[in-house]
Amino acid sequence: MHGTLNLVGYGLSAIGPAIATGMIFAAYISGVARQPEARSVLQPIAFLGFALAEALALFGLVLAFVLK
Amino acid sequence: MSQLAVESGPGFVPPSTADFNLPSVFGNSVYSTKPVFLVFLSVILISIFFIAASRKASVVPGKLQFSGEMVYSFVRNNIGEEIIGHEFMRFVPFLFTLFSFVLVNNVFGIVPFLQFPAMSHVAFPYVLALFSFFIFHYVGVKKQGLGKYLKGIAFMPGVPKAVYILLTPIEIATFFLVRPLTLSLRLFANMFAGHLLLLVFITGGDYMLHDSHLFMKILSPFSFAMGIGMSFFELMVQCLQAYIITLLTALFIAGALADEH
Repeated sequence: MHGTLNLVGYGLSAIGPAIATGMIFAAYISGVARQPEARSVLQPIAFLGFALAEALALFGLVLAFVLK
Repeated sequence: MSQLAVESGPGFVPPSTADFNLPSVFGNSVYSTKPVFLVFLSVILISIFFIAASRKASVVPGKLQFSGEMVYSFVRNNIGEEIIGHEFMRFVPFLFTLFSFVLVNNVFGIVPFLQFPAMSHVAFPYVLALFSFFIFHYVGVKKQGLGKYLKGIAFMPGVPKAVYILLTPIEIATFFLVRPLTLSLRLFANMFAGHLLLLVFITGGDYMLHDSHLFMKILSPFSFAMGIGMSFFELMVQCLQAYIITLLTALFIAGALADEH
């Protein structure tokens, strides 16, 4: 079995966005739990933050395949 | 480990980027591959569905009309009105088309026999992001005038002058490079990674089932079960990505419409 270290590197680089995504949704959940009527205000913000954090992980994924 | 693999025939070939280069259906043209046909199919399906849903519109909606209106009102109220504000109705047709097009093409990734998300070919998200890119810049230029719009992008108001050395290049790169690029790459990479993930579990399960070791045969159903579980996870991701690309487009438009950045 052989592969490339790129993917190991990608796994390591995905830790950051993973923590970020967790923190964003933790904040969103506790926000909604404290004030359920704020859900519609918080939802786009939470998903925007999630999308931005996730973009970093996805760049890593693309680069892991592109850089040989 | 490698010795073992050599003895028991050719080892497992993990799915790679090459699995996305599907052969042409007719002849040798790049324009007649599966993703192209899936895009055409999606357009036909969306048209049929929404024409059928809105054809006999009545005050008390039937099941079909209700489901069509539910998608429409989700985009109009939860994305359009909430993000863009009072001018949102102008952009609802675009947002709605974008949402339904991306959603259907993404969900094709787990529909049996189709099973290929067209958006995992980067060309399709690029085109969608270009649409979004030109629309939000056009809207901004039309609303504020070219000079004022560009000034608003390059020189964010309310910032100390010395910071502009750092901020101006970042802001220009954000508006003209990072935004369209992330918009398309996010959708592409999600669909690409999702399809690859399903391929790993399904082809892995298939390989293990045909392996000579009994132990591998026993374990292969777990791989298939994981594939099924991941399909549902993918369904969630596919819907979420359709939502996010529409949400971000709406946010860009709202940013271009706002007087102050």
